[in-house]
Amino acid sequence: MLKLTNIFKTYGTHKVLNSIELSIPPQKTTILLGPSGSGKSTLLRIINGLIQPDPGGSVTFEDTPITKENAMTMRHTMGYVIQEGGLFPHLTTRQNATLMARYLGWDTVRVEKRVAELAELVQLPADMLDRFPTQLSGGQRQRISLMRALMLDPHLLLLDEPLGALDPMIRSTLQEDLKTIFKQLGKTVIIVTHDIGEAGFLGDNIVLLNTNGRIVQQGSLEELVHKPADPFVTEFINAQRIPLELAA
Amino acid sequence: MKQILLLISLLLGLISSFAYADTPIVKIGSKNLTENVILSEMVVLLAKHHNKGAKHWRELGGTAVVWRSLLRGDIDIYPEYTGTILKETLLDKNLKSFEQLREFLKTIGLELTKPLGFNNTFALGMKRTLAKKHGINSISDLRQHANLRFGFSNNFMARNDGWKGLRIKYRLPQQNVRGLSHELTYQGIENDALDVTDTFSTDAEIAHYGLRVLKDDLEFFPRYEAFFIYRADLKQKAPNVVAELHKLEGQISDPEMIRMNMQAKINKVGETQIAANFLAEKLNIYAAVVEKSLLSSLYTLTLEHLLLVSISLFAAILIAIPLGIVAYKYTQVGQIILGVVGLIQTIPSLAILVFMIPILGIGNAPAIAALFLYSLLPIVRNTYTGLHEIAPGLKESAEALGLDPFAKMQLIELPLASRSILAGIKTSAIINVGTATLGALIGAGGYGQPILTGIRLDNMSIILQGAIPAAVLALLIQFLFELSERVLVPKGLRITR
Repeated sequence: MLKLTNIFKTYGTHKVLNSIELSIPPQKTTILLGPSGSGKSTLLRIINGLIQPDPGGSVTFEDTPITKENAMTMRHTMGYVIQEGGLFPHLTTRQNATLMARYLGWDTVRVEKRVAELAELVQLPADMLDRFPTQLSGGQRQRISLMRALMLDPHLLLLDEPLGALDPMIRSTLQEDLKTIFKQLGKTVIIVTHDIGEAGFLGDNIVLLNTNGRIVQQGSLEELVHKPADPFVTEFINAQRIPLELAA
Repeated sequence: MKQILLLISLLLGLISSFAYADTPIVKIGSKNLTENVILSEMVVLLAKHHNKGAKHWRELGGTAVVWRSLLRGDIDIYPEYTGTILKETLLDKNLKSFEQLREFLKTIGLELTKPLGFNNTFALGMKRTLAKKHGINSISDLRQHANLRFGFSNNFMARNDGWKGLRIKYRLPQQNVRGLSHELTYQGIENDALDVTDTFSTDAEIAHYGLRVLKDDLEFFPRYEAFFIYRADLKQKAPNVVAELHKLEGQISDPEMIRMNMQAKINKVGETQIAANFLAEKLNIYAAVVEKSLLSSLYTLTLEHLLLVSISLFAAILIAIPLGIVAYKYTQVGQIILGVVGLIQTIPSLAILVFMIPILGIGNAPAIAALFLYSLLPIVRNTYTGLHEIAPGLKESAEALGLDPFAKMQLIELPLASRSILAGIKTSAIINVGTATLGALIGAGGYGQPILTGIRLDNMSIILQGAIPAAVLALLIQFLFELSERVLVPKGLRITR
């Protein structure tokens, strides 16, 4: 599905990512977990070609290496959601969601059908479709951002701290909704977060990075808690309040 | 898009209607001097009397402008003075006499009439009461009064045969010497802000303000005898007119010219009427003087002004927005672009206008070109800033969706920067309305024309005929732009958060 080989990323003398070797399992939700500065967001941007890795590294998506040249079209098969949603304030919900479909020349009937499907999937009331982003709540904005990411029916969904800016109640509701949606879709999903609770709740597979931009451990939350590969794993987990039943 | 196309076709229509208007047979220029305007009006009346179309570019911005226009053929004729052409314009030719001047001009395709009679030389003047108090009769007497405040017209300050040479010849010690517009020097004297100023010996104000003209005891000032200078081909185009002009040689005495200047400045008689009266008296030619109504002249001035503003602004929009985009996309080129358009803004407007004349002549073209250059900065800068200040998350989203750079600019970045770009266009438009009044200095007409005339004649009501519509137009444009924001700025950006 998605394979990252020998990924380094250096800014000046600062190594953000260090010797990353990673295989993302298909149709599962993978979490890129780590503290601030561990390079997890950089890694996500390398996957969809927004950033190029240092020479020698490669990203292969469905057997095609991602290059600077093909990145733009490859992104049509990867949905992308960022923290604040990245919705364009001059476009309505509908226009935001359908931007790429219209850009690629879909006919109106097909576009409208898809919008209706997705609105139902993300549980967005129909009257929200013609509002502008500034007229919506943070949670609604993220639902629309997800609609936009799913519009072209991508094979891979990338979410960069999608719930980071939301208050705990809305966050919790959205976490549950996201889990349902991912299960329903059966797509390969990669989520960047620093929240272990969120990682454990949404993720089938967790990849933990340390502050040097290295992968420390990969596995389920149980494995990270009970069989830590490195003292950093325990240190990182203990630094957060994790669900009681999982605590050692 | 449709509206833009409509706008373009309207503008093109407007331009062509101006471009294909009847080209006049006799093209007359005048300097920004009342006397000069009156003499040129005589030519206009003579041309019309002989059924030749005539156009008079009134009160052009100085000798350099009329002279260059004559050489280019933008005008056929204007009134000039012996001192100016011998000691200033053609100084390097070292011509000694009127006959030598005639010989030289022939070689460059120009001809002239003999002097018309009067000598409008420079002179220094001061209030009679003040002169009496200090016992000053001649320019030499000024040496003893180093504290007197001198205020000279800008033209006089800069000329070899003006203050520069005078100071050396008379060894004048005064340090407090200011340059200002000729029309304002008399007001300075009247309000006791100045003690001594330059005057023209035919100025109406000498008597009106009670000035004593100081004797040029060292005979520094050359003679300034007025004559008409014209392109040789005018004789073929309008032989009768040229013949009549030659009949005016030696016909205008000093007192007659002073009287005509007085009528214009003090009695507020129109220059055309004064010229007509004189022709009736001297040549028995009775020309009908059609005074334009205030409303019809306002209409013409508005059309002229709108033409200058709209074409220059439209061209600036077409060029400046792409320049702003380039500046945003390529940082290094961008710094150069922003630097150059900023530099243009610092060049004085009159300098740009005069600089354009050899390339574009007089009239609309150089004025539009200058206004275009001045309109660039606000639009380029606001386009650049507007694009630059888009939230990084939005730029990243646009890219992450897989839009190509062109679509990203068209669908996302330009709409997001639209408010800033529009504000830049608005700034340019409003500045443009003001700057376009300078177009009158090079024959482009517009609201600047009555302002120039009013300043020249010291007539506030004429100044206001240009100043008020210009202010109203600026307000109107501001209002229109605020309305257009509702159409051009996407709704989502106008909703308050």
